[in-house]
Amino acid sequence: MSYKFHQFQVVGRGLPTETDEHPKIYRMKLWATNEVRAKSKFWYFLRKLKKVKKSNGQMLAINEIFEKNPTTIKNYGIWLRYQSRTGYHNMYKEYRDTTLNGGIEQMYTEMASRHRVRHHCIQVIKTATIPAKLCKRESTKQFHNSKIKFPLVFKKVRPPTRKLKTTYKASRPNLFV
Amino acid sequence: MPFKRYVEVGRVALVNYGKDYGKLVVIVDVIDQNRALVDAPDMVRGQMNFKRLTLTDIKIEIKRVPNKKTLIAALEAGDVKNKWENSSWGRKLIVQKKRASLNDFDRFKIMLAKIKKAGVVRQELAKLKKETA
Repeated sequence: MSYKFHQFQVVGRGLPTETDEHPKIYRMKLWATNEVRAKSKFWYFLRKLKKVKKSNGQMLAINEIFEKNPTTIKNYGIWLRYQSRTGYHNMYKEYRDTTLNGGIEQMYTEMASRHRVRHHCIQVIKTATIPAKLCKRESTKQFHNSKIKFPLVFKKVRPPTRKLKTTYKASRPNLFV
Repeated sequence: MPFKRYVEVGRVALVNYGKDYGKLVVIVDVIDQNRALVDAPDMVRGQMNFKRLTLTDIKIEIKRVPNKKTLIAALEAGDVKNKWENSSWGRKLIVQKKRASLNDFDRFKIMLAKIKKAGVVRQELAKLKKETA
Protein backbone atom coordinates (compact mmCIF):
# COMPACT_ATOMS: atom_id res chain seq x y z
CA MET A 1 0.00 0.00 0.00
CA SER A 2 1.69 3.23 -1.01
CA TYR A 3 0.53 6.29 0.84
CA LYS A 4 0.75 9.83 -0.40
CA PHE A 5 1.46 11.30 3.02
CA HIS A 6 4.48 10.04 4.92
CA GLN A 7 5.17 10.70 8.58
CA PHE A 8 8.49 12.32 9.40
CA GLN A 9 10.29 13.15 12.62
CA VAL A 10 12.13 16.45 12.15
CA VAL A 11 14.63 17.73 14.69
CA GLY A 12 16.15 21.19 14.57
CA ARG A 13 17.39 24.09 16.62
CA GLY A 14 18.51 27.67 16.28
CA LEU A 15 22.14 28.27 15.41
CA PRO A 16 24.43 28.69 18.44
CA THR A 17 25.40 32.34 19.12
CA GLU A 18 27.71 34.09 21.62
CA THR A 19 24.78 34.69 23.99
CA ASP A 20 23.33 31.20 23.63
CA GLU A 21 25.93 28.48 23.27
CA HIS A 22 23.50 25.55 23.47
CA PRO A 23 20.11 26.50 22.08
CA LYS A 24 17.15 24.27 22.81
CA ILE A 25 16.54 21.44 20.36
CA TYR A 26 13.02 21.01 19.04
CA ARG A 27 11.47 17.91 17.55
CA MET A 28 8.29 17.68 15.51
CA LYS A 29 6.36 14.82 14.03
CA LEU A 30 4.56 15.87 10.90
CA TRP A 31 3.06 14.62 7.65
CA ALA A 32 4.31 15.56 4.23
CA THR A 33 4.61 13.99 0.82
CA ASN A 34 8.41 14.05 0.88
CA GLU A 35 11.39 15.05 3.03
CA VAL A 36 11.88 18.45 1.45
CA ARG A 37 8.30 19.43 2.21
CA ALA A 38 8.66 18.05 5.72
CA LYS A 39 11.63 20.29 6.45
CA SER A 40 9.80 23.29 5.10
CA LYS A 41 6.75 22.52 7.24
CA PHE A 42 8.97 22.13 10.27
CA TRP A 43 10.35 25.67 9.90
CA TYR A 44 6.85 27.01 9.24
CA PHE A 45 5.56 25.63 12.52
CA LEU A 46 8.68 26.45 14.49
CA ARG A 47 8.56 30.07 13.35
CA LYS A 48 5.09 30.33 14.80
CA LEU A 49 6.11 28.83 18.13
CA LYS A 50 9.64 30.10 18.77
CA LYS A 51 11.77 33.03 17.64
CA VAL A 52 13.77 31.04 15.09
CA LYS A 53 13.78 30.91 11.30
CA LYS A 54 15.40 28.67 8.73
CA SER A 55 18.04 31.31 8.07
CA ASN A 56 19.23 31.31 11.68
CA GLY A 57 18.56 27.69 12.47
CA GLN A 58 19.89 24.28 11.56
CA MET A 59 18.26 20.96 10.79
CA LEU A 60 19.68 18.20 12.95
CA ALA A 61 17.81 15.10 11.80
CA ILE A 62 14.94 14.04 9.64
CA ASN A 63 13.72 10.44 9.73
CA GLU A 64 10.69 8.79 8.28
CA ILE A 65 8.46 7.06 10.81
CA PHE A 66 6.93 3.77 9.72
CA GLU A 67 4.00 1.94 11.21
CA LYS A 68 4.97 -0.53 13.91
CA ASN A 69 2.05 -2.97 13.45
CA PRO A 70 0.55 -2.59 9.98
CA THR A 71 -1.36 -5.85 10.34
CA THR A 72 -3.68 -4.82 13.20
CA ILE A 73 -6.71 -2.58 12.93
CA LYS A 74 -6.70 0.53 15.07
CA ASN A 75 -9.05 3.43 15.68
CA TYR A 76 -7.30 6.72 15.03
CA GLY A 77 -8.49 10.03 16.44
CA ILE A 78 -7.16 13.06 14.60
CA TRP A 79 -7.39 16.62 15.88
CA LEU A 80 -6.94 19.16 13.14
CA ARG A 81 -7.14 22.85 12.42
CA TYR A 82 -8.31 23.86 8.98
CA GLN A 83 -9.01 26.99 7.04
CA SER A 84 -12.43 27.32 5.51
CA ARG A 85 -13.64 30.10 3.27
CA THR A 86 -14.67 32.12 6.30
CA GLY A 87 -12.04 31.40 8.94
CA TYR A 88 -10.13 28.80 10.93
CA HIS A 89 -11.85 25.93 12.69
CA ASN A 90 -10.83 22.98 14.84
CA MET A 91 -12.08 19.52 14.23
CA TYR A 92 -11.84 16.05 15.69
CA LYS A 93 -12.23 13.09 13.34
CA GLU A 94 -12.05 9.35 13.84
CA TYR A 95 -10.88 6.72 11.37
CA ARG A 96 -10.48 3.00 11.43
CA ASP A 97 -7.37 1.82 9.60
CA THR A 98 -4.36 -0.44 9.88
CA THR A 99 -1.74 2.32 9.72
CA LEU A 100 -1.59 5.93 10.91
CA ASN A 101 -0.53 7.08 7.45
CA GLY A 102 -3.64 5.43 6.04
CA GLY A 103 -5.83 7.19 8.59
CA ILE A 104 -4.23 10.55 7.80
CA GLU A 105 -4.72 9.97 4.10
CA GLN A 106 -8.39 9.16 4.74
CA MET A 107 -8.64 12.39 6.69
CA TYR A 108 -7.18 14.50 3.90
CA THR A 109 -9.44 12.98 1.27
CA GLU A 110 -12.50 13.29 3.50
CA MET A 111 -11.79 16.95 4.31
CA ALA A 112 -11.37 17.63 0.62
CA SER A 113 -14.63 15.93 -0.29
CA ARG A 114 -16.85 16.97 2.63
CA HIS A 115 -15.58 20.48 3.27
CA ARG A 116 -13.69 21.37 0.08
CA VAL A 117 -10.54 21.98 2.12
CA ARG A 118 -7.30 21.48 0.20
CA HIS A 119 -4.46 19.73 1.96
CA HIS A 120 -2.30 22.81 2.41
CA CYS A 121 -5.05 24.43 4.46
CA ILE A 122 -5.04 21.60 7.02
CA GLN A 123 -2.79 21.44 10.08
CA VAL A 124 -2.71 18.24 12.08
CA ILE A 125 -2.66 19.15 15.77
CA LYS A 126 -2.58 15.73 17.33
CA THR A 127 -3.18 12.11 16.51
CA ALA A 128 -3.84 9.23 18.87
CA THR A 129 -4.77 5.58 18.80
CA ILE A 130 -8.08 5.38 20.59
CA PRO A 131 -9.20 2.25 22.41
CA ALA A 132 -12.59 1.05 21.31
CA LYS A 133 -14.65 2.26 24.26
CA LEU A 134 -13.41 5.84 24.01
CA CYS A 135 -14.44 6.32 20.41
CA LYS A 136 -16.94 9.08 19.89
CA ARG A 137 -18.20 8.67 16.37
CA GLU A 138 -20.97 6.23 15.52
CA SER A 139 -19.48 5.43 12.16
CA THR A 140 -16.38 3.91 13.79
CA LYS A 141 -18.26 2.44 16.75
CA GLN A 142 -20.52 0.40 14.47
CA PHE A 143 -17.55 -1.80 13.53
CA HIS A 144 -16.68 -2.58 17.16
CA ASN A 145 -18.52 -5.85 17.00
CA SER A 146 -16.66 -9.12 17.29
CA LYS A 147 -19.46 -10.97 15.52
CA ILE A 148 -19.82 -8.50 12.70
CA LYS A 149 -21.77 -9.85 9.76
CA PHE A 150 -23.24 -8.14 6.73
CA PRO A 151 -23.95 -9.10 3.13
CA LEU A 152 -22.42 -7.38 0.14
CA VAL A 153 -25.54 -6.01 -1.41
CA PHE A 154 -24.43 -4.56 -4.72
CA LYS A 155 -21.83 -6.63 -6.50
CA LYS A 156 -20.45 -5.19 -9.71
CA VAL A 157 -18.37 -7.81 -11.51
CA ARG A 158 -15.19 -6.21 -12.80
CA PRO A 159 -12.86 -7.55 -15.50
CA PRO A 160 -9.75 -8.88 -13.72
CA THR A 161 -7.42 -6.44 -15.44
CA ARG A 162 -7.88 -2.94 -16.84
CA LYS A 163 -6.88 -4.30 -20.26
CA LEU A 164 -10.03 -6.42 -20.52
CA LYS A 165 -12.31 -3.45 -19.87
CA THR A 166 -15.00 -2.85 -22.55
CA THR A 167 -17.22 0.18 -23.03
CA TYR A 168 -20.27 -1.78 -24.11
CA LYS A 169 -21.63 -5.05 -22.82
CA ALA A 170 -23.74 -7.57 -24.75
CA SER A 171 -26.16 -8.23 -21.91
CA ARG A 172 -27.18 -6.41 -18.77
CA PRO A 173 -24.86 -7.49 -15.94
CA ASN A 174 -26.38 -9.21 -12.92
CA LEU A 175 -25.63 -7.25 -9.77
CA PHE A 176 -26.98 -9.68 -7.19
CA VAL A 177 -24.00 -10.85 -5.16
CA MET B 1 -34.19 -13.83 -2.30
CA PRO B 2 -32.40 -13.39 1.03
CA PHE B 3 -28.65 -13.15 1.21
CA LYS B 4 -26.69 -16.33 1.83
CA ARG B 5 -23.05 -15.22 1.75
CA TYR B 6 -22.12 -12.72 4.44
CA VAL B 7 -18.96 -10.83 5.15
CA GLU B 8 -17.95 -12.22 8.54
CA VAL B 9 -14.87 -13.35 10.40
CA GLY B 10 -13.91 -16.68 8.85
CA ARG B 11 -15.55 -16.22 5.44
CA VAL B 12 -13.37 -17.58 2.63
CA ALA B 13 -13.22 -15.32 -0.40
CA LEU B 14 -11.63 -15.43 -3.84
CA VAL B 15 -9.51 -12.49 -4.97
CA ASN B 16 -10.77 -11.33 -8.35
CA TYR B 17 -8.54 -8.33 -9.10
CA GLY B 18 -5.01 -7.23 -8.56
CA LYS B 19 -1.73 -8.79 -7.57
CA ASP B 20 -3.23 -11.76 -5.67
CA TYR B 21 -5.72 -12.66 -8.40
CA GLY B 22 -7.10 -16.17 -8.04
CA LYS B 23 -6.07 -16.72 -4.43
CA LEU B 24 -8.35 -17.97 -1.71
CA VAL B 25 -8.14 -15.74 1.35
CA VAL B 26 -9.91 -15.68 4.70
CA ILE B 27 -11.60 -12.55 6.04
CA VAL B 28 -10.03 -12.14 9.44
CA ASP B 29 -11.54 -8.79 10.49
CA VAL B 30 -13.53 -5.92 9.05
CA ILE B 31 -11.86 -2.51 8.93
CA ASP B 32 -14.78 -0.46 7.72
CA GLN B 33 -17.55 -0.58 5.19
CA ASN B 34 -15.29 -1.10 2.21
CA ARG B 35 -12.26 -2.93 3.51
CA ALA B 36 -11.44 -6.13 5.30
CA LEU B 37 -8.35 -7.46 6.96
CA VAL B 38 -7.53 -10.54 4.97
CA ASP B 39 -5.12 -13.43 5.53
CA ALA B 40 -3.92 -16.52 3.69
CA PRO B 41 -1.25 -19.09 4.57
CA ASP B 42 1.18 -17.74 1.96
CA MET B 43 0.80 -13.98 2.35
CA VAL B 44 1.32 -11.30 4.97
CA ARG B 45 -1.93 -10.25 6.64
CA GLY B 46 -3.16 -7.16 4.83
CA GLN B 47 -6.17 -5.08 3.98
CA MET B 48 -8.25 -5.58 0.87
CA ASN B 49 -11.20 -3.75 -0.60
CA PHE B 50 -14.41 -5.78 -0.89
CA LYS B 51 -14.49 -4.85 -4.54
CA ARG B 52 -11.51 -7.13 -5.02
CA LEU B 53 -13.13 -10.09 -3.26
CA THR B 54 -15.84 -12.53 -4.29
CA LEU B 55 -17.35 -14.32 -1.31
CA THR B 56 -17.61 -18.11 -1.43
CA ASP B 57 -19.92 -20.47 0.44
CA ILE B 58 -17.09 -21.73 2.61
CA LYS B 59 -16.71 -20.44 6.17
CA ILE B 60 -14.25 -21.54 8.82
CA GLU B 61 -14.43 -21.24 12.60
CA ILE B 62 -11.96 -18.66 13.82
CA LYS B 63 -11.92 -15.83 16.32
CA ARG B 64 -11.20 -12.27 15.22
CA VAL B 65 -7.60 -11.90 13.94
CA PRO B 66 -6.05 -15.27 14.77
CA ASN B 67 -2.31 -15.77 14.49
CA LYS B 68 -0.91 -17.59 11.46
CA LYS B 69 -0.62 -20.99 13.18
CA THR B 70 -4.24 -20.94 14.39
CA LEU B 71 -5.39 -19.83 10.95
CA ILE B 72 -3.60 -22.67 9.18
CA ALA B 73 -4.95 -25.17 11.72
CA ALA B 74 -8.48 -23.85 11.23
CA LEU B 75 -8.12 -24.10 7.46
CA GLU B 76 -7.10 -27.73 7.85
CA ALA B 77 -9.98 -28.42 10.23
CA GLY B 78 -12.47 -26.81 7.89
CA ASP B 79 -11.04 -28.79 4.98
CA VAL B 80 -11.19 -25.68 2.83
CA LYS B 81 -8.87 -26.93 0.10
CA ASN B 82 -10.86 -30.09 -0.61
CA LYS B 83 -14.21 -28.36 -0.33
CA TRP B 84 -13.05 -25.76 -2.83
CA GLU B 85 -11.56 -28.22 -5.30
CA ASN B 86 -14.70 -30.38 -5.22
CA SER B 87 -17.11 -27.51 -5.62
CA SER B 88 -18.26 -26.81 -9.16
CA TRP B 89 -16.80 -23.28 -9.01
CA GLY B 90 -13.42 -24.57 -7.87
CA ARG B 91 -13.38 -27.33 -10.47
CA LYS B 92 -14.17 -24.84 -13.25
CA LEU B 93 -11.23 -22.68 -12.22
CA ILE B 94 -8.90 -25.66 -12.17
CA VAL B 95 -10.01 -26.68 -15.66
CA GLN B 96 -9.54 -23.10 -16.91
CA LYS B 97 -6.01 -23.03 -15.51
CA LYS B 98 -5.21 -26.38 -17.07
CA ARG B 99 -6.49 -25.29 -20.46
CA ALA B 100 -4.45 -22.09 -20.34
CA SER B 101 -1.25 -23.99 -19.58
CA LEU B 102 -1.48 -26.50 -22.47
CA ASN B 103 1.26 -26.75 -25.04
CA ASP B 104 0.74 -27.66 -28.68
CA PHE B 105 1.32 -31.37 -28.15
CA ASP B 106 -1.32 -31.42 -25.37
CA ARG B 107 -3.80 -29.67 -27.64
CA PHE B 108 -3.10 -32.28 -30.33
CA LYS B 109 -3.77 -35.06 -27.84
CA ILE B 110 -7.02 -33.37 -26.81
CA MET B 111 -8.08 -33.07 -30.44
CA LEU B 112 -7.60 -36.83 -30.94
CA ALA B 113 -9.44 -37.62 -27.74
CA LYS B 114 -12.37 -35.40 -28.77
CA ILE B 115 -12.60 -37.06 -32.18
CA LYS B 116 -12.54 -40.49 -30.56
CA LYS B 117 -15.25 -39.53 -28.05
CA ALA B 118 -17.42 -38.04 -30.81
CA GLY B 119 -17.01 -41.24 -32.83
CA VAL B 120 -18.15 -43.45 -29.93
CA VAL B 121 -21.14 -41.19 -29.25
CA ARG B 122 -22.16 -41.26 -32.90
CA GLN B 123 -21.98 -45.05 -33.01
CA GLU B 124 -24.27 -45.33 -29.99
CA LEU B 125 -26.65 -42.79 -31.53
CA ALA B 126 -26.73 -44.76 -34.80
CA LYS B 127 -27.54 -47.94 -32.88
CA LEU B 128 -30.41 -46.27 -31.04
CA LYS B 129 -31.75 -44.82 -34.28
CA LYS B 130 -31.74 -48.27 -35.90
CA GLU B 131 -33.68 -49.76 -32.98
CA THR B 132 -36.43 -47.17 -33.11
CA ALA B 133 -36.64 -47.07 -36.92
